[in-house]
Amino acid sequence: MTFKEIQDLIKLMDKSTLSEFSFKTETYEVKIKGPRSYAPTMVTTAVPSMPVAMPSQAPIAAPNSSVQEGPKAEDAAPKAATDKLIEIKSPMVGTFYRSSAPDKPAFVSVGDSVQKGSVVCIIEAMKLFNEIESEFAGKIVKVLVEDASPVEYDQVLFLVEP
Amino acid sequence: MFNKILIANRGEIALRVIRTCKEMGIKTVAIYSTADKDSLHVRFADEAVCIGPPPSADSYLNIPKIMAAVEITNSDAVHPGYGFLAENAKFSEICAEYGVKFIGPTPDQIRKMGDKITAKETMIKAGVPVVPGSGGLLKDIKEGIKIANEIGYPVILKATAGGGGKGMRVVWSDDEFEDAWNKARMEAKAAFGNDGIYVEKFIEEPRHIEFQIIGDQMGTVVHLSERDCSIQRRHQKLVEESPSPFMTPELREKMGDAAVLAGKAINYEGVGTIEFLVDKYRNFYFMEMNTRIQVEHPVTEEVIDHDLIKEQIKVAAGIPISGKNYYPTMHAMECRINAEDVYNGFRPSPGKVTSFHTAKGHGVRVDTHVYAGYTVPPYYDSMIAKLICKAQTREECITKMQRALDEFIIEGIKTTVPFHIQLMKNEDFRSGNFHTGFLNNFEMDPE
Repeated sequence: MTFKEIQDLIKLMDKSTLSEFSFKTETYEVKIKGPRSYAPTMVTTAVPSMPVAMPSQAPIAAPNSSVQEGPKAEDAAPKAATDKLIEIKSPMVGTFYRSSAPDKPAFVSVGDSVQKGSVVCIIEAMKLFNEIESEFAGKIVKVLVEDASPVEYDQVLFLVEP
Repeated sequence: MFNKILIANRGEIALRVIRTCKEMGIKTVAIYSTADKDSLHVRFADEAVCIGPPPSADSYLNIPKIMAAVEITNSDAVHPGYGFLAENAKFSEICAEYGVKFIGPTPDQIRKMGDKITAKETMIKAGVPVVPGSGGLLKDIKEGIKIANEIGYPVILKATAGGGGKGMRVVWSDDEFEDAWNKARMEAKAAFGNDGIYVEKFIEEPRHIEFQIIGDQMGTVVHLSERDCSIQRRHQKLVEESPSPFMTPELREKMGDAAVLAGKAINYEGVGTIEFLVDKYRNFYFMEMNTRIQVEHPVTEEVIDHDLIKEQIKVAAGIPISGKNYYPTMHAMECRINAEDVYNGFRPSPGKVTSFHTAKGHGVRVDTHVYAGYTVPPYYDSMIAKLICKAQTREECITKMQRALDEFIIEGIKTTVPFHIQLMKNEDFRSGNFHTGFLNNFEMDPE
């Protein structure tokens, strides 16, 4: 599958009402799935007899999997709007939490305004809880990671409209 | 057996470990800095976690970040590879505290062998021959001459605070002692502010011959014979081979026994290497121990026909070893291909590799993480590939290496391939007539 083909597939998925799509040939298999409210996730699996096909990449933080060859899943979503949005990226590896405790409200939700220095989330690693502050001022347009999911360095957490 | 191993490394060794894990049915986690996001080890692993920006201190050397990655992936073991944290006792300790198996020795074993003086003392106690010396600083010339005569000339005076060859003088007889002593002290004082001097036997025309050992958790330690690594430039190995052209069955017996003794003295667990210096009379002396898998491990793998990474993982999982020593059944040699410009002082040559065609064919193995289109980052070491050849005899092995080097095409960056091509033609190298000083007089022919 070429990069362009994958990109087209994702765009097609997004436009349709399908929640799941799979496609298999002799050499590879493609599965795309995801609820409509998030950008679609994609998992490609190389059929074992053809090692030349793309190696599988297990997602670190569903639904925001980092696909090596394809475009970032969330890019396929409203493309025009994404161009002007700022990304708040994770500065560390750990588990992402939207609030300071399970019974407390989320630090930020879609539509909230943040200032430079506002706490947007907590990332926990090895029992240490780190408050992550926004470096930008603006409005939260999208939350890309589910509560209590693992995140990696540089992973995009929020999209902010300046 | 482990369910999931996180490889705390990068480049060719990360890929090497991932391959064996796949064969063993063990899931793999790759960690990477942003500079390595297109790296093969990231693509071939089952999962990958970006842990930081390019600088090693913020990524591959960063224990908290690596442990965070272990945590979010639920890995039950960590393979440290070589370099980076492979011989970091603290890292081994932290893994143990977190209940994650560090695939390597215990923190205590790493500490014992990491400190040169402690290592030497441990070896002396175990009855392993070490470079004879004064043990401590010399009080005066009289004591120096006394010890020199006990050890036997030639001896070398060394500055205790020293390095880089400063504050060192070779002495061949009692007559020369006073002059050498004065000069060494003056130089040491000027360079390090400390004129403390000790004396050691000077090993003439030393060869660097190391023995691979492996120990299980039950206390069994065996050796897997030697590798000759005398071809070094500024103490960096460039070519390794097994068997050593200088070895005899008797010497192998003696050195092998000493290596096993060294491992048993610390109840060693895992794979390790005992490095010896061998003089022209075939006297051998313990130099140091490396408590990790080494770059040149494929050389041993090829001559004993076993997967050392697999053995390493099995031992870490508590599986006992057979208790047999292993001996080379053929000849193997490895050339380290580095991204360096050999016509300009071997300076590093990072950048984009535009063409990459590895040598292939009978008896040729290439361990590499590089591919056409890959950009060699400037942040890490310059080794890009290991070219390993094996054959029935040393002569055939060299011929095969020459054929392989000729077909190894790497474009876009400079590499050490021309150096190896020239080395393989060198008469002294071909006749096995070399020691660690060999490359001091080696000059590249013009391009």
